[in-house]
Amino acid sequence: MAFAAFGSAPANAQSGSNRKSGKIVLALLLPGLVYLGLFFLTPLFSLITTSLETPDPSGAIGVYQYGFEIQNYVGVITDYMPQIIRSFLYAFLATFFALLISYPLAYFIGVKMRGRPTLQRLMVTLVIAPFFISFLLRTIAWKQILSEGGAIMQWVHSVGLMGPNDYFIGTPAAVVFGLTYNFIPFMTLPLYTTLERFDVRLLEAGSDLYASPAKVFRKITLPISMPGVISGTLLTFIPIAGDYVNASRDFLGSSKTSMIGNMVEADFLQNLRYPSAAALSVLLMAVILVLVSVYVKKAGTEDLL
Amino acid sequence: MRKPIGLAIYSGLALVFLLIPIVYTIAFSFNDSVRSNTVWEGFTVTHWTNVCAKGNICEALGNSILIGAISTLIATVLGSALAIGLVRYSFKFRASTNLLLFLPMATPEVVLGAGLAAFFFNIGFASGLVTTIIAHVMFCLSFVVVTVKARVQTLDPVLEEAGRDLYANPNQVFWKITFPLLLPGIISAALLSFALSFDDFIITYFNSGSVTTFPKFIYVAASRGVPAEANVIASAVFLLAIVIVLVTQITGAIKRRKLAN
Repeated sequence: MAFAAFGSAPANAQSGSNRKSGKIVLALLLPGLVYLGLFFLTPLFSLITTSLETPDPSGAIGVYQYGFEIQNYVGVITDYMPQIIRSFLYAFLATFFALLISYPLAYFIGVKMRGRPTLQRLMVTLVIAPFFISFLLRTIAWKQILSEGGAIMQWVHSVGLMGPNDYFIGTPAAVVFGLTYNFIPFMTLPLYTTLERFDVRLLEAGSDLYASPAKVFRKITLPISMPGVISGTLLTFIPIAGDYVNASRDFLGSSKTSMIGNMVEADFLQNLRYPSAAALSVLLMAVILVLVSVYVKKAGTEDLL
Repeated sequence: MRKPIGLAIYSGLALVFLLIPIVYTIAFSFNDSVRSNTVWEGFTVTHWTNVCAKGNICEALGNSILIGAISTLIATVLGSALAIGLVRYSFKFRASTNLLLFLPMATPEVVLGAGLAAFFFNIGFASGLVTTIIAHVMFCLSFVVVTVKARVQTLDPVLEEAGRDLYANPNQVFWKITFPLLLPGIISAALLSFALSFDDFIITYFNSGSVTTFPKFIYVAASRGVPAEANVIASAVFLLAIVIVLVTQITGAIKRRKLAN
């Protein structure tokens, strides 16, 4: 299944018997590696050089020259502090909610549905079904379903859950809601792949030894499903921190919910402030790399691929 | 073990929650709306029978299919070769190669998009169809590698040895044994790659210049209201994808049953 990509990679079943001349290896690996070098690594380098550029002396808009303007970073940190905080706050919250929603679902499909493989497969298909329909249209669908004129919001207002002047779309809550929804499959699938392989006899052993259900979960289920939790949280947290569709004004957000991605887009494509956009991107990437390496080290799994 | 009634109900509700926007999108492809497709105004099939009516929506769809097909072809060839090389051969820089392949998946799309755009801008290469395809191959590549790698790892080397014992040359061993066994993984990887490319918005937006793709059409239309024709196309793509998945699942189940008997 294609979506093995979202699971944690199985232990490396390396067949060492096959040691041929380096020529074949080179022919297999070189094209792909050169491609990534050229169109992944070089662009990251471009991003760094662009982030240090200084405005052209002519003062023309969108024209810059090579420089070493560390000031650009100070500039984006002071200018875009709210967006930076929002990005990571929303990403933490949405990842947490996605984990909370996905874990029981993945457990049910992976463990409780084992006796019924057809139904199990159907449920996995339903989990990945959102991938088959446009991400943007799904988000717009929520915007319309939860708009003030809609039945759901009218009901929420009528029972007094929200005041007459309160609204949902355009608020941080709506953005976190959208982010959570859109990334649930990325969380559920890796959880499912680890839980599906998990030996349920361990649970029986735990309860035979008089462990309470809570203790069985804490001491057996959770540690065993940890690889799934780690790849799931990474696969949701990283794209969410860089997302800007949900937070954008035309989707679930407003000018008060803009994230780093919104600022990169605006600076790069509308304001032509390339160094600022590049500095913000480098900053986002750096923070994510630091967070991810600390997290992966703490969690103790480094062979994610 | 106890019957997990509560968990079953919860899971059903969670799945319904996941499907709500899909049902909504399909339903509103039949909405008798003229411009902004926000309020239900009655049932019609005119959007289905006249899909290309709104602006350049069909041109955008055509671009998305073209970009998806070309990027998938390139990414699948490059990625499958990488996967085979990584699993089958031991070499010095395996760890750093793995890291290089993992990094694009750990990089937010906005960084990938802005990085490539800055690169093309710096070397003076105008963005358009070519830059979009280059970008799509780049982000699909790692996903192809992971998918095909999982398949290569399950391959039994004994089968290839048997081929060699029967005097097959390396070429024959590869094309008659290895490749057919890897094919399901390669096909999954290609489908995943096409799906990623087809639905990509962020990286495309930074690198496509004046070329419109289907997601870009929706994004641009979002400020004025997305026409129902976009729902038609998305619904059709969705139904097609679901049919493909169900057919592969059913044929797989039949094959397993045959093998079991």
